[in-house]
Order: sequence, then structure tokens, then C-alpha cells
Amino acid sequence: MKKKRKLYVFLVRAAMYACTALTVFLLFFLLGYVFIKGIPHITWELLSTKPSYLADRIGILPDILNTIYIILATLVIVLPLGVGAAIYLTEYAKNRKTVAVIEYAAETLSGIPSVIYGLVGMLLFSNNFGTSLLAGALTLAIMNLPTVMRTTQESLKTVPQSYREGAFGLGAGKWRVIRTVVLPGCVDGIITGCILSVGRILGESAALLFTAGFAHVLNGILTGLTSPGATLTVALYVYAKEEGEFGVAFAIAAILMILTLLINLSATLVGKYFAKRRNA
Amino acid sequence: MSSILTAEDLNLWYGETHALKNINMEIPDKSITALIGPSGCGKSTFLKTLNRMNDLIPSVKITGNVTYNGHSIFDKDTDVNTLRRNVGMVFQKPNPFPMSIYDNVAYGPRTHGFENRVKLDETVEQALRDAAIWEEVKDRLKKNALGLSGGQQQRLCIARALAVRPKVLLMDEPTSALDPISTSRIEELALQLKEKYAIIIVTHNMQQAVRISDHTAFFLLGELIEYGKTEDIFSQPQDQRTEDYITGRFG
Amino acid sequence: MKKKQLFENAVQAIFLLLGLVTVGCVLLITVYLIVSGIPAIREIGLFNFLFGKEWASTAEEPKYGILPFILTSVYGTAGAILIGVPVGFFTGVFVSKIAGKRTRAVIESAVNLLAGIPSVVYGLVGMLVLVPGISKIFHVPDGASLLAAIFVLSVMILPGIIKVSVTALDAVPKEYEDASLALGATPDETFFRVSVPAARSGIAAAVVLGVGRAVGEAMAVMMVAGNVANMPSLFESVRFLTTAVASEMAYSSPGSLQRNALFSIALVLFLFIMLINATLNCFLKRNREK
Repeated sequence: MKKKRKLYVFLVRAAMYACTALTVFLLFFLLGYVFIKGIPHITWELLSTKPSYLADRIGILPDILNTIYIILATLVIVLPLGVGAAIYLTEYAKNRKTVAVIEYAAETLSGIPSVIYGLVGMLLFSNNFGTSLLAGALTLAIMNLPTVMRTTQESLKTVPQSYREGAFGLGAGKWRVIRTVVLPGCVDGIITGCILSVGRILGESAALLFTAGFAHVLNGILTGLTSPGATLTVALYVYAKEEGEFGVAFAIAAILMILTLLINLSATLVGKYFAKRRNA
Repeated sequence: MSSILTAEDLNLWYGETHALKNINMEIPDKSITALIGPSGCGKSTFLKTLNRMNDLIPSVKITGNVTYNGHSIFDKDTDVNTLRRNVGMVFQKPNPFPMSIYDNVAYGPRTHGFENRVKLDETVEQALRDAAIWEEVKDRLKKNALGLSGGQQQRLCIARALAVRPKVLLMDEPTSALDPISTSRIEELALQLKEKYAIIIVTHNMQQAVRISDHTAFFLLGELIEYGKTEDIFSQPQDQRTEDYITGRFG
Repeated sequence: MKKKQLFENAVQAIFLLLGLVTVGCVLLITVYLIVSGIPAIREIGLFNFLFGKEWASTAEEPKYGILPFILTSVYGTAGAILIGVPVGFFTGVFVSKIAGKRTRAVIESAVNLLAGIPSVVYGLVGMLVLVPGISKIFHVPDGASLLAAIFVLSVMILPGIIKVSVTALDAVPKEYEDASLALGATPDETFFRVSVPAARSGIAAAVVLGVGRAVGEAMAVMMVAGNVANMPSLFESVRFLTTAVASEMAYSSPGSLQRNALFSIALVLFLFIMLINATLNCFLKRNREK
């Protein structure tokens, strides 16, 4: 009996250590493999030019710019929607059913796979005003709406009730209280929501294939938004799957990994910064 | 009187805080020993030292010794799991596992490699009978334990502790979360159990100590101030501080 | 005074509208999928569509049976769960119960990073490491197969499973663990026999979340599964529900039966996901009530 017990303890320990080691190993393997294969291909020429058949070169500057445009456009669209919805839920809504319905809708949105967003985005936006970054951004805005809403809501809950009471006690109207007391208190939630959304937009591809397209044309932001364009992830997919340009694909993968690292780091730092400020 | 647990020059620190100071105490078998004193005086800490539950707190440092049946509990050869099997514990807040009543009681025996189905049934029944809850739960053994009332949950926890056949039962304010009726049932139970076990009970309730205990120890600021027969402590305390406490002058 | 009241009401109405955008989006998505998914099913016939074993959308006599896609999605997800859940579960217990503060922080950031890696990167590495590896180890001509997809999916669902199980295990009251230790159980026995059962609905939620991720993933799978509409088999090239939609969308012409059938596949996928989400919510709610 005693032996059996020891064996049990030994086995579960071994399983835990092995699985944890595997998880951590997977990360380091992925990082190492992508960096080793990708970093040698990252050149200034790659970063600063557009692809040209004449010069027989591939440049990813348009993809970088497209990624930036689409991130900006998505945030501009999603922030008012998400923050507004969160404010409605925590500050205004009195009817529990309305709250339940909105929250359920948000949960549903966050569970829908990106291919379906891509498809609906195509039907809703691209079919009406053409395949374009703007159509992609609108699609991504719907996708990220629950994220921004949730993080804002979480941080609104931490704004002390006494602040609101204090402001109301001075005779401020509801909108004034929200604008001067509530909104400044939930900046951290909004920023966290932005960071998470940026991470998701950066990694998204399935929702963009049919909404924003795959063009690698160098554009300014205004023409860019109304014309089709590939983001970095979409470009990676096209170069790897359709064109067999693995060097470029890995270079993009390495860049994406670095950006992911930076986003995670900034999320942690922002979290720590605001936690400290709140406690102080 | 034969003692089952003995503390010798026991000192304990939580980081910088000196929580137990030179405790010397012999705890007799088959009787109830009550530990009284104001909050934060070290009585719970002392109790948790006896089955080494304090091991779970990283910053704890201990000097001195505690022996169980003549063997040091801090000895390298002492298996902490066997020690805890012999020195069972009932906590302040009833804490049944979120499983069926039967599985709660069977948890300990199963942990210690007890698998014979028929014998396990017998053990569970005996433990529930000993804890005076058998009649109330015998028809619902497969029901979730969290459906019981607070008092029933605490008796179930006692049954769970008894099912591994301990020699000592540590009770950390076992009735502080219960109503008066449940409390008196637990007290009756303790009086029955002392036929078979040594019981050490931490309590804030002086009447409770008088009602059930044979010996009482008074702790103050980590020191054992006075220890003796319960009737002596309450009728003619030797130390002024003990008298102040039991007459309600502080604490 | 009246003017102020009017203003406040207007503001409230605007916020209400913003709140309802979410609901509107869900309705819009549902309605669009149903409206565009029904026609093809009508034309093909529900039974032929769901249980037809052959998909040949560009053949002279086109066949639109999506059973291969459904089964591939089911098998692929089951495989990913079979590998991903045990690994994620044991890692979760380690992180929540055993790891010290520092180790925990390191592992948690590793898990967050894994979660943040874009799916195309998983697909790319899978394409160049897993696919040739499978072909070499199992002596099959092409490693782009269901097996490769299962491996990629199990890595991709890992972070979610770990995170949700850690949250559930962290929430187990310390009293339970103390009671078990006081009965002489070792810490490991306590974690697996008391903490894990106490956290079971949270861990179940982690599994369902993993199912949802695996069913919904498209790009990584598209890059490693080979994309041929075969009935599922471990070493064959296969097509999932997600990849069936994505791979033909680019060249199907609008209005054609082929394209409409793709919308129908999306509708089926959507229904699957809704079912999974409903299950997930059910588990999460039970968790909260406890």
C-alpha cells in the first residue's frame, strides 16, 4: 500500500514537471526557430521597399503601413463603441435584463471564430464598398468590441462609488460626473483594452483575407483605407502558402514575434503602473 | 497520568514575530485539554504546531521540541503524513470537501491506502456514528456534503477526522461558527470522544472550557501563563493575569 | 433646468445606443449567416448536404456533401483535446499549486506569449517542421495531414486551457486543502484529490474553451492539413469546416451554388460554435454560483 502511494505521488509530480517543461520548451523552440530562420532575412531593403517584379525583390513596407493603418482605424472605430457600451452598462443601465442581454451578446461575439467574421465582413462591408482596409477595420472592430468593453467595464468597477457620490453631491449632472470623474478613472482599462486589441489585430489573418485583400501597394493612409491591402500576417500567409518565399515569411514571423513580445511586455508594465498608482 | 504529547522549550517565530515563547506542556491521553486566552495569544499557533500544519507557512522557525508518544515530531524519521494521521484536526470553519458525505469521510482512509469496499463502508459508518451524525445522514450518504447545515457540516468534519483512527484530535474553535444548539451537540460529542481520544480544544468561550475540559492552559502573548486542572484554574488561579482574564477584565 | 434634463436624456440615449451595438452585431451576423446559408441547403437538400460523403464543387456534376469536413473538424478537435488538455491541466496544477512566485511569473508570461503568437506563425512553423517531420517518421509521402493539424491545434489551445484551469484552481478555498493535509494526505494527493475535484467545473470550462478554439481555427490548419476534401484519416490530407470556407471563397463566383454552399458550411460551423459557447457559459455560470 505504502509503495503504491509513493508511486502515485511520484507519477503526478513527474507528469506536472514534464508538462510544464513541455509548455515552456514549446515557447522557446518557437521563438528560437523563428528568430534563427527569420532574423537573417530582415534587411533594410526588405523593411523599406515595396515588392517589385522588375527589380526582383520583395519589400514589406506596404504591409507594415497597412498594419498600422488598420490598427489605427480599428481603434478609432472600436473605442467609442466599446467604452460607450461599458459606460452604459456600469453607469446607466438599471434594467437587469438589458444588461444580461448586452453581456450575453458580448460573450457570443468573443466566441465567434475569425473565419466567420471574415465571411460576414465580406458580405456586410466588402460587397458594399469594395475590398479595402476600411472593410477589414470595420470587421476587426466588431471582433474586438467585447475585449474593449470588458476591460473598460472591469476598471469602471474599481472607480470608488464615493467619487461619483462626491461629484453628484456638488450638484454635477450625470454626464459631467462621467466625463470628469468616471472616465479618467477607467483610463487603465481603456489602455489595456487597446493593447489587447492591437495584439489581436496584429495576429489576425482569417478575418482579413476576404475583407481587406492581399495587395502590396504603397499608399498613404487615406487612399490606403479605401484600397485593398495585406497586413503583415496576411502577407506572411501569402508568401509562405502561395509563393513559397519562406525567407520573407520567416522574416515577417520574426517581426511579429518581436511585436508580440513588446505588446505582452507593455501590457504587463501598464498593469503594474496602474496597480501601483491605485495603491499609492 | 500518561501524557501523549509533550512540548519542551518550544519557541516559534513568524519571520520576526516571536509567537510562542518557551512552552513546556504535557498533554494527557484520553481527556480534554482546553487552550484559552485572548486573540493572537498563540493558542491556535500552538495547536497547529502539534500536527505540523505550520510547516505550510514558509517563514516559520521553530526551536525546542514536541514529542508524540515519546518521539520527536520534528525528527527526520517522522513522516509528517503519518503524524497528521495520528493527530487529527478539526477547523474553526466547517470545511467539508465539495463531494458526497460518504466520499468526505472515506477520503482519509482512501488516502492511506484503504480500499476494501466492505471495510471502508464499516469505517465510514463507525466514524459517522462516533461523530453522532449517522442517524441524520445515513439515507443521504451519496448527497453533496455542502447541503448539510453548519452544525452538521462540523460534525461531518469530525467524522472525517475520526475515520483515519487518530489518537489525538485537535479542535481549533470548532463551535465559533455555530449556533447554540449545534454547539451543545459538539460539546456532548467531545465528552463522548474523550473515552477514546486525547482532545485539545482551542476556545474563546470560557463556559465551554469549564463545561467540557479536564485541563485548561491559559496563553498570553505567546507565553503559557498557567496550566492545570480546569476546576483549579477557574476556582483558584495562581497568576493574577489568569484571574484577570477569566473574570473578564481583559480580552 | 428643462434644457439640462433634455441634454442628460440625450446623452443617456446615446450610451444606450452604443450598448446595443453589440446586440446588433450578434443579430446581424446571425441573420446574415442564416439568410445566405439557407438557399444552398435548400437546393442541395439538408440530408445530402450534411451527410453526403463527397465534396466536388468544381466537378462537371458537382457534389456538395460536407460530412468529410464535419468529421474532420470533430476528429481534429478531439485529437487536439486529447493531447492539449492533459498537458495544459498538469501545467495548470503546477502553476497554481506548486510553482514558487518567481517560477509562476515566468511560466505565466511564457503562456501569455504562446497565446499571443499569431496563428499564421504556428502554421508556418508547422509547415516547415511538423509536415516534413511526419512524412519522415511515419514514411508517408506527404506529411500535410490530419495528424499535423492535430499537433498544431493542441499547441494553440494549450495557453487557454492553462489560463482557465489556473484561475479555477486558484479559487479553491484554502480550507479544503488544509483539511486534506490535516488528514495526512501529501500535498500532491491533496491537489489532485481535493483541489482538482473542487475546481472541476472551471476545468471543464477550460476544456470547452479549447474545443471552441480548435473548431474555429482556420489559418494554421489551412497551412498544415493539405486541404483535400477526404474523409478524415490520420495520415491523409484533410479539410476542416473552417478551411472549407476559406479555401474556396477566393475563387468561387458570387451567386453560384458553390459560393452559396460555402455560406452554408459557415452556417453549420456557426451553429457548432454556438452550441459550444452555450455549454461554456453553462459551466462558467455554475462556477460563479459556487
